[in-house]
Amino acid sequence: MSEAFFEVEGLNTWFFTRMGIFKSVRDVSFDLRRGEVLGIVGESGSGKSVTGMSIMGQVEEPGRTVSGSIRLDGEELTSLSFEDMRRCRGRRIAMVFQNPLMTLNPLMRIRDQMYEAISEHESVSEDEMHQRCLDALRAVGIPSPEERLTAYPHELSGGMRQRVVIATALLLNPDLIIADEPTTALDVTIQAQIIHQMRRQIDERGLGMIWITHDLATLSELADRILVMYAGAMMETGTTAEIIGSPRHPYTSKLLESVPSRNVPGEKLRQIRGTMPSLLSLGAGCPFMGRCEHATDACARGVPERMFSQTHRVWCHHPLEV
Amino acid sequence: MIAFVTQRLAQSLIVVLVLSMVLFVGIWLIGNPVDVLISSEATEADRLAAIKALGLDRPIWEQYLVFLGNAAQGDWGTSFVYKEPVTRILLQRLPASVELALVAFAIAIGLSIPAGLYAGLRPDSPLAKGFMGFSLIGVSIPTFWQGMLLIIAFGIAMPILPVGDRGDVATHFGITTSLWTLDGWRHVVLPAFSLALLKMSLLIRVTRAATVEIARLDFVKFAFAKGVRTWRVVFVHILRNALVPLITVIGIELGNLLAYGVITETVFSWPGLGKLLINSIKVLDRPMIVAQLTYTALLFVAINFLVDILHMTIDPRMRSVMGRRST
Repeated sequence: MSEAFFEVEGLNTWFFTRMGIFKSVRDVSFDLRRGEVLGIVGESGSGKSVTGMSIMGQVEEPGRTVSGSIRLDGEELTSLSFEDMRRCRGRRIAMVFQNPLMTLNPLMRIRDQMYEAISEHESVSEDEMHQRCLDALRAVGIPSPEERLTAYPHELSGGMRQRVVIATALLLNPDLIIADEPTTALDVTIQAQIIHQMRRQIDERGLGMIWITHDLATLSELADRILVMYAGAMMETGTTAEIIGSPRHPYTSKLLESVPSRNVPGEKLRQIRGTMPSLLSLGAGCPFMGRCEHATDACARGVPERMFSQTHRVWCHHPLEV
Repeated sequence: MIAFVTQRLAQSLIVVLVLSMVLFVGIWLIGNPVDVLISSEATEADRLAAIKALGLDRPIWEQYLVFLGNAAQGDWGTSFVYKEPVTRILLQRLPASVELALVAFAIAIGLSIPAGLYAGLRPDSPLAKGFMGFSLIGVSIPTFWQGMLLIIAFGIAMPILPVGDRGDVATHFGITTSLWTLDGWRHVVLPAFSLALLKMSLLIRVTRAATVEIARLDFVKFAFAKGVRTWRVVFVHILRNALVPLITVIGIELGNLLAYGVITETVFSWPGLGKLLINSIKVLDRPMIVAQLTYTALLFVAINFLVDILHMTIDPRMRSVMGRRST
């Protein structure tokens, strides 16, 4: 395996509100190699999306990345000026959002929205922009791209719009794409097609991808490695085979059990009892202890890191036996 | 597009017709103008003669049809009071009102949209809070009162601006208006600001609300994620989308400015239509009232029509909806 080109270390992103400080992302670290897909999985509120926005430098008020290091090819992104970070966005790191119906400006033609992604970074002729857009649209499997370019977003279906968004993200050949639940809003057949095309682009272009989702089933088809997050913290990370095949964290195992396709037909859907703790009242202990069957007093006092292989790490006092 | 325009024009015509009918009946109910016009010493014979001369002895539907027939030919009747064709009086007064309204409109739009946009983008900044405080005061204080305050402040305590009446007029390019002269501007600034204050305050709030709503949508985040420069995100993505709801409000407010400057015109003794309307109602000058209110109706119909066209130019979704509806 090649060297990691992208590293996140000790990332903390907090939201400073009147009610208190929401520690949405706490001490999150991971790295990524070229041609690799890292899946970040968690429930809503687990901090997975905020992690993505932190990398983009687009955390919204009153949120702030308070500490941590984000390095792309060795360059520290957290200390970049706003203008340098702007140049980085879209060109080196691109992002794809969850709801394709909302990601495109309804008043602008597809062409203008794609041109803009190029012209804000490079000065190239309109002919070349046109050609590049056509290539990008073809790469994600859009039929008759010529016509799509002059269309407005509302004239395209949801799946088509998401392909346009992905094509836009690919336009400048970024090193890294962050995809925040890009297929959640689409129906299953379209999902499968888009995942297939994404995988092909990743392999062909050798780009790295962070795929943020709550859907372990999708990740098992696409991701090389998985990071499980809960209440802003890392729970477990490992290769897809390790996480799906031999989960060590009680939370991961519960999460896997609640995937509907794993249940016996007719049986009640499994769910994890309880709710996620408030991000305001988190102590040093394991955030999952309130819902965990294995929790002991030790869990309230900090969480140890356990390594099961070079790649497989778990933050838990009572990892499961396999 | 053409289908839409013709359909809309037909609708507008019906609206104006219905409105003129309502107007006619409404005014007929208010009272008999002869009682106001004729001196109390007049004999019964004089009274009947006056009624006949004004055509008030005929049934109301006949009066209405006569009015409609004449109006279609450009004859809106003769004022009971001024004994002059209504259209001539209106045209004399119209420029004063229009110039006051347009200056007020320019002030309101020019200040409220930047302020509202800023307040929507930086809701927690002290300046944004200042704008919101200002607009709260602006929508709360009555127009006649702030008008008088402005007169006291800038006309009496610190007499830098003339108060009352319109300034010198001049004619260029076939348009006669006081806006060609410095004196005219000195006269129009204060009443225009007074008239603009309420609209401005309202538009700041509407612009801010629209901006806040649009700024948190995904396509704005996506534009930033593409590395688009901030000014471009603000003007091309946020402002353009915010304009869709704004244009409707702006249209209504422009109509209000052009038609209902009554209070400001009275406070500043501005020789415009607003004052004329109030005077006409006082003396039940039927042709004047009908003509002015029909002008107002036409104005709003025209503005709404323009707003629809603007919507269609800005919003492609509107184009397809409108296109579908009119076929």
